[in-house]
Amino acid sequence: MIPAEFDYVAPTTVDDAVRALADAGDEAKILAGGQSLIPVLRMRLAAPTKLIDLGKVTELQGVREDGGALVIGAMTTHYDVVRDPLIAEHAKLIGMATSTVADPQVRHRGTFGGSLAHADPAGDLAAPALALDVEMVVHGMDGRRTIPASEFFVDYFTTALRPGELLTEVRVPKYTGWHAHYEKFNRVAQAWSIVGVAAAVQVEGHTITQARVGLTNMSSVPVRASGVERALVGQEATPEAIKAAAQHAVEGTMPVADGNADAAYREHLAKVLTSRAVTAACG
Amino acid sequence: MRITVTVDGTTYSDEVEPRTLLVQYLRERLGKVGTVVGCDTSNCGACTVHLDGHSVKSCSVLAVQADGCEVTTIEGLARDGQLHPVQRAFHDNHALQCGFCTPGMIMQAIDLLAEDSDPEEQAVREGIEGNLCRCTGYQNIVRAVRDAAHEMRPGAGPEAERVSEATMGTQAGVHRS
Ligand SMILES: Cc1cc2nc3c(=O)[nH]c(=O)nc-3n(C[C@H](O)[C@H](O)[C@H](O)COP(=O)(O)OP(=O)(O)OC[C@H]3O[C@@H](n4cnc5c(N)ncnc54)[C@H](O)[C@@H]3O)c2cc1C
Ligand code: FES
Ligand code: FES
Repeated sequence: MIPAEFDYVAPTTVDDAVRALADAGDEAKILAGGQSLIPVLRMRLAAPTKLIDLGKVTELQGVREDGGALVIGAMTTHYDVVRDPLIAEHAKLIGMATSTVADPQVRHRGTFGGSLAHADPAGDLAAPALALDVEMVVHGMDGRRTIPASEFFVDYFTTALRPGELLTEVRVPKYTGWHAHYEKFNRVAQAWSIVGVAAAVQVEGHTITQARVGLTNMSSVPVRASGVERALVGQEATPEAIKAAAQHAVEGTMPVADGNADAAYREHLAKVLTSRAVTAACG
Repeated sequence: MRITVTVDGTTYSDEVEPRTLLVQYLRERLGKVGTVVGCDTSNCGACTVHLDGHSVKSCSVLAVQADGCEVTTIEGLARDGQLHPVQRAFHDNHALQCGFCTPGMIMQAIDLLAEDSDPEEQAVREGIEGNLCRCTGYQNIVRAVRDAAHEMRPGAGPEAERVSEATMGTQAGVHRS
């Protein structure tokens, strides 16, 4: 199907984009990579009156270092995130999770910021963002503000972005030297996670000294598996210890039942995938 | 809105509605019906073309987003009556039955080979994971892509297609060597 009619603007700066969004009012939508929005428009599940395309806002593309943090521009494509050397060095978990998103064509267009702003509970980038305590930088008519990942994801497809606000950058503290793995369970012809687990660990000798674990699609929002993290720290990285810690993965989750899995099966997956993710991360 | 797009080496300038999908523009305005639409959900990959050297699903890109860009479709691959090595490999390996997925499969295979000039079987399967085929069971498609890899010089692929009309037919990789 073909989308309903809309107006289109393609500003070239963040300031112009913010102004365009303010001028256009409630019925406007941001267009990033379009890999979630255009299918929705085609199915006529949404009919915004105006699209504000960020594709030409070059200041939002790419990854840079800023002291102890990496700054990922909202319009950095999944393809560029996967190949970025700074991400490989300081935020490996994000690179690994992004490489599992969709397929090559979608990764060429879809963006880091678009994925986070879309806030699909099955999306793969929110759990790593939460586990790594990233900070969202947003711009609106009132200027710039930052939102911690722990406050950004509010509900299904809902974030703490206010009307008229753009997600412009994501600040990721550097996790240099951390080991990481993203373990995802999905159907072959549909890349979306049925459940996914993002794990990053620091290992000294054989002992896990720090752990960060986030869960995809175990609730309407990504979930931090704090119980697993606490149980891992100080443990030898043995299969028994990891498996025991992984039993905490269901704490604080509210998994849904859908055509792919019921809630009990999702809970089972969360434990098994947590164990696999941490084991692979400890390598 | 007026857009200027170079498609298969020819530059076009056209007035389009913002809601026009790139695939619609290619098929309905330019008559490039080699690129097909197989789904409504961005899943099948049949509509795959190259946009500035990278594969995209042309049903999930607006024509206005392609303003100022270069597009290569399946119709732009053959040169001087010679099939592109990937097209030839699909033919030689019986990598199609109904053929509906083939334009997208070939465009994605070329993108894959530009990233990895000699992919293992698993890498081919992952490289074409956004392209669905309801007929072949994929075996011969995977075989064709690996066969084409051996036929093509490394470096051929989307980058090699970024040419003006003047240089068409002479770039590296499109002819068997
Ligand atoms: C076939 C297919 C398979 C997929 N599989 C996966 C998968 O396995 N895992 C996964 O995580 N994702 C998957 N996706 C989604 C993909 O990752 C999208 O790229 C992503 O969800 C949205 O990013 P986008 O840049 O395309 O955003 P768009 O589609 O352009 O926008 C999405 C939404 O976010 C808003 N938005 C975008 N950018 C901003 C911004 N900077 N500020 C404020 N609001 C903004 C838009 O208004 C819109 O509402 C898949 C998509 C497809 C088509
Ligand atoms: S028609 Fe574009 S993905 Fe199916
Ligand atoms: S050959 Fe029929 S869909 Fe692939």
